[in-house]
Amino acid sequence: MKTVRIPVAYMPLVDAAPLVIAQEMGFAEAEGISLDLIAAPSWSSVRDMLAFGRVDAAHILSPLPVAMAMGLGGVATALSAVSVLSVNGNVIGVGRPLEDRLRTIGYGFDFADPVRAAEALTQVRRGPIVFGVPFPFSMHVELLRYWSRASALGPDGIVIRTVPPPLMATALAAGEVDAFCVGEPWGSVAVEQGAGALLLPGTSIWNFAPEKVLAVRTHWAETEPDLLGRLMRAVWKAGRWLANPETHATASDLLSRKAFLDVPSELIDRALSGHLTVTGRGEQRHVERFIEFHAGAASFPWRSQAKWIAEQLLKSHGKCAPCDLDEIAKVFRSDLHRRHLGSIGYDMPGASEKVEGAIRHAMPVASAGGGLTLLPNEFFDGHIFDPAHR
Amino acid sequence: MTKALTIVIVDEDRDRATAIADALRDACDCDVFAISNSSNLARKIAAHSPDIVLIDLDNPTRDMMEELTLASGPLERPVAMFVSGAAGGLAQAAIEAGVSAYVVDGLTPGRIKPVMDTAIARFTMIRQMRSELAETRLALEERKVIDRAKGLLMKAKGLDEGAAYALLRKTAMDQGRRVADVAEALVTASGLLG
Repeated sequence: MKTVRIPVAYMPLVDAAPLVIAQEMGFAEAEGISLDLIAAPSWSSVRDMLAFGRVDAAHILSPLPVAMAMGLGGVATALSAVSVLSVNGNVIGVGRPLEDRLRTIGYGFDFADPVRAAEALTQVRRGPIVFGVPFPFSMHVELLRYWSRASALGPDGIVIRTVPPPLMATALAAGEVDAFCVGEPWGSVAVEQGAGALLLPGTSIWNFAPEKVLAVRTHWAETEPDLLGRLMRAVWKAGRWLANPETHATASDLLSRKAFLDVPSELIDRALSGHLTVTGRGEQRHVERFIEFHAGAASFPWRSQAKWIAEQLLKSHGKCAPCDLDEIAKVFRSDLHRRHLGSIGYDMPGASEKVEGAIRHAMPVASAGGGLTLLPNEFFDGHIFDPAHR
Repeated sequence: MTKALTIVIVDEDRDRATAIADALRDACDCDVFAISNSSNLARKIAAHSPDIVLIDLDNPTRDMMEELTLASGPLERPVAMFVSGAAGGLAQAAIEAGVSAYVVDGLTPGRIKPVMDTAIARFTMIRQMRSELAETRLALEERKVIDRAKGLLMKAKGLDEGAAYALLRKTAMDQGRRVADVAEALVTASGLLG
């Protein structure tokens, strides 16, 4: 079989792992494809490369294709999110001045309780807290907004500003931002550089938040169904490989290479293992499922996830064109996921929508093979999002 | 007569920004400003109230520009990335040249086109010059490594220069690799073995 090259754009982040692993560990080759991985300098650049056909697939922020389907932002090409690449994996952190003030009130940096963290921040703030995030359409923004609305911070208690993560330390030092929400390894890098401390993992706000998706142009999905299937299978198998803790050392080593993330493998291992160093004093915290690539049908693009995102975007932007949430939610392609991954022993959920935020303990659910267990899925405030009753 | 266009160029590279600004001033009736420092980018741009913002596609600060496209963004007028409609082909050319443009709502394609044509031509020209320079540098580097590898072979195996090069070339052909890569492997290995 002749190997077909598929150009794929990604941002150098820990959650790009399924793409890197698919290529480096031979999962792509086994499908007769070769991923031409192109590291992008910015999310806008990833989006444009995909939208304008420079690449055929990309690692992108889960809210981005939803926002594009709503007519938000600059580009309108129809994209399809065919798989969720990773669930969770973000961290919220504060710069040195806030860290110091939090310490003076005896805050313990438990890296766990968002209610307590919001109260502590409210106690020490001298005005709205300015958070730096990587991109306006991102889970980072949605988690921060959700947290502020449902906690002591209040919706007007925070200001969100876009700062590329490599420049976050500088922006913190210059006082342009007070705090940040970023994906790994950038949180750990900030701690290593002494720029600040980690306050909360993204999981503490929503413990099953779709973070990055594998996206393609909808037109490409229609014209190249065979290639798409091969790409999706290779990436899914890479996610399954990553689910085994014994692979973390190898994965960290691979990702740390100059061609990919170019940061020490030890920093990458923190995210993969969930053992994070949260302050410059070396305080360590462990987080269950800090990032998840596979378990609990993590890769399944639930329509209800897209609807949750769409509803949040609508709340904060107050406009959309088109506005039919059922139509918009179709950018999460549960149909293509079933079609291309149903044949390889992946026990697919029976439904394409679920109530988000309603699973307290891992729970068996109806599935094609009868052996699927969904992982806990809760918002910190106990809110339940029912896509059928909005 | 229509009002002169205000164009902002965001580029960390002052030389390139100047070259593009000069070309634009020749090509259109416009005021051109260059911004090279990325801190508070969105507000610095907003201060000029531009009609068009041009930014290098590889610039990591580009994501800050996305704020300009939001209704709640720092500009009074909405800004769209330069895409779709009649301008589709131009947008493609812009992406290939490595420049992206944000255009204020309501600007006619006729006014955008000369600006984009000029910007694309300049970006392409500068990009070509740079890639040629990079290629020349790489070739020089490779030449040095090959010379070192030849030297190692001459010393270790008592070969003359021609025979050492022939051996490198044969090994490269046998393994389906480039001579420079074989040379580099040899130099690295010899460094490790001390």
